[in-house]
Amino acid sequence: MVYLDNSATTRVRPEVLEEIIDVNLNCYGNPSSLHRMGLMAEKKVEEARKSVAKLLNATPQEIYFTGCGTESNNIAIFGILSDLREKNNIITTKIEHPSVYNVFKELEKKCQVKYLDTDNKGKINLAQLEEMIDENTKLVSLAHVNNEIGVIQDLDNIARVIKSKNRNTKLHVDGVQSYGKLKIDVKKVPIDTMAFSSHKIHGPKGVGGLYVRAGLKLNSLIFGGGQEGGLRSGTENTPGIVGFGKACELIFENFEEENERLYKLRNEYIKRLKEIEDIKFNSLTDEEGAPHIINLSFKNVPGEVLVHYLEGKNIFVSTGSACSSKARDNRILDAIKISKDYEGTIRISLGYFNNFEEVDYVIENIKQSVNEIRLITNRRR
Amino acid sequence: MYNILAVSFGEIYLKGKNRGIFEHKFMEQIKYAVKEFEGVHVYKDSGKVFVETDNTDEMDSIIEKVRKVFGSSVISPSIKTLKDPEVIIDKTKELFKYLLTKKDIKTFKIKTKRSDKSFPIKSMDFSAYVGGKILQEFSGITVDVHNPDVEIYIDIKRDCYISSERIRTLGGLPVGSNGRALLLLSGGIDSPVAGYMIAKRGVEINALYFHTYPFTSERANEKVKKLKEILEEYCGKINLYSMNMLEVHKAIREFCREEETTILARRFMMRLAERIALENNMDMLITGESLGQVASQTMKSMAVIEDAIHMPILKPLVGLDKAEIIEIAREIGTYETSILPYDDCCSVFAPERPLTNPKLSAIKKSESNLNIEELVEKVYSTLEII
Repeated sequence: MVYLDNSATTRVRPEVLEEIIDVNLNCYGNPSSLHRMGLMAEKKVEEARKSVAKLLNATPQEIYFTGCGTESNNIAIFGILSDLREKNNIITTKIEHPSVYNVFKELEKKCQVKYLDTDNKGKINLAQLEEMIDENTKLVSLAHVNNEIGVIQDLDNIARVIKSKNRNTKLHVDGVQSYGKLKIDVKKVPIDTMAFSSHKIHGPKGVGGLYVRAGLKLNSLIFGGGQEGGLRSGTENTPGIVGFGKACELIFENFEEENERLYKLRNEYIKRLKEIEDIKFNSLTDEEGAPHIINLSFKNVPGEVLVHYLEGKNIFVSTGSACSSKARDNRILDAIKISKDYEGTIRISLGYFNNFEEVDYVIENIKQSVNEIRLITNRRR
Repeated sequence: MYNILAVSFGEIYLKGKNRGIFEHKFMEQIKYAVKEFEGVHVYKDSGKVFVETDNTDEMDSIIEKVRKVFGSSVISPSIKTLKDPEVIIDKTKELFKYLLTKKDIKTFKIKTKRSDKSFPIKSMDFSAYVGGKILQEFSGITVDVHNPDVEIYIDIKRDCYISSERIRTLGGLPVGSNGRALLLLSGGIDSPVAGYMIAKRGVEINALYFHTYPFTSERANEKVKKLKEILEEYCGKINLYSMNMLEVHKAIREFCREEETTILARRFMMRLAERIALENNMDMLITGESLGQVASQTMKSMAVIEDAIHMPILKPLVGLDKAEIIEIAREIGTYETSILPYDDCCSVFAPERPLTNPKLSAIKKSESNLNIEELVEKVYSTLEII
């Protein structure tokens, strides 16, 4: 089996699972409890917070645990905008993940929402950003790495443009696809908040994280026992948080090598995929693209049909577009203007468990499947 | 409150010498419907079927299941008691008290039916006697024999059954009393309704589903399975067969004209369905076609499609509008599942301009470019029972 859908979710690393089991069996106290069992659990959570913070060069006090990436995005955006007025405006891009995009759609009821265009590789235009920001701009929110096409936005310059135009404008980054994959240093880049998630980096599902710059006070959406500094009440998911921490630790130990290995693996796939006729890369194939995401279109091959062909060979990729030619509902592929012929789009996303030995098998089967599908879709009469 | 459910036969009453067969099938279907409940006993007592339970809390769930079994006209949740006049009076009072909690009662009527003539008091006399006791016990109510707020029915058979509420059921004939047929189940709105309607006339249904994996999703299978399960609440056990039509579509694409695709493919489906039906002792096919709904459902298209086989095809929806079909689909609970988006969303095999006015001779000529037997074999070899 070759699992190439790591941007959807990942397999938990065995070291992480061991920790999760251990906490469930031996350290199951409630961190809020006064007794020793509670203290043990609390210590575990604080250890994890340190590991999570390290990947951003943040302080542990700046990290809050949540239930998932979507929740982190919501807490940050609504938290920053708690005193939103009608005269305010907020800015995002046309290619955001639904957990940001739909929040902005909802906020259209409350204030002006501006959507940044992207070029055909998904990059935003800094000049347009600068032009959009005015004295009433409350927030700019964008994804560091796009989940479908892997484009990396230039956070350094984006943050610089925002802060030099209006130093009160906040910058929220959806870092779900970049956290643990790319070097991010919040000491150097003035990001205000950043969302990320455990299950995209071989940690357990059901745990997310939110970085909130020291000094920034967010109003909470959830009220209760006041856990996580009052930002996210509810009993801590100790096993999940500890697993998340372990996953971060493993990444930290080996960051540079793994980043380089993924880029090499990605480039090998790209090189080999080019052997197939009539294809088009929608993701960037250089270092401005993420190390783990390849998005490509095949002429006359419906993406979901290819997904099903490949699953028949025990290869798991994801589709980027709906197959029905009538109902193309893919915002992101629309934004980067993919031509009609090339609608069939798949995303190959790599992770820790993928290796070079798999490449031949995958490429052979993609070739074979694409040929078979094209025999059917290229009409003879 | 209620410890037994009285089930009255519907159309079975019209049956003559073979009535026994219908009643037997009906009992079987009722037993199947309540098989998940423990402590439930199903039996017959002079012309009615009774579903007795040790666990009165489950009566509502039992009603929900029994209501869906074809062949009854009315069901009444009842209290089963000894045939002792004093016990009957106590239980009637208990029932009356319960009914008062559910609605405002000013007038009532007691009706007794005495199938067991060994019971010492005549029906009319017993009604009057029990009515008098009720009047003594509860204040502010009177008897009204013509238009009462509640009617309490005392049915004296081998045992005594006291009831008041009557729930109308679906009618029809018990499944299995009227042969076997194969339903072409697509996952859309129409075909489950078609199956329901034929099953209602006592036919045991099995279903056949065609897919074109990997051009369709595995989730589409799950959807069809779900529809089958909903239908089973009415039809009893359904065998679901599935086959992959990919080879047929490939061949049509290579050797025939695009606009003929749907007609040709449906002729293949009929051939395959007929084969499954014959091999499994089923006498007719059922489809959800409704005249004029889509290109393959015009008068001409239907005639050309049917020509492929000898077996009769039942089309219970042929004269219904889409809105009428949707209404039934909602009633029987298949609609919400049918509209899930996992059907054959891939439009690769749907011609852009399908024929609405096909000529049989032209279609047969196109088919002469295909090796029909071999293709039927190829598709048949993908048969699965899911």
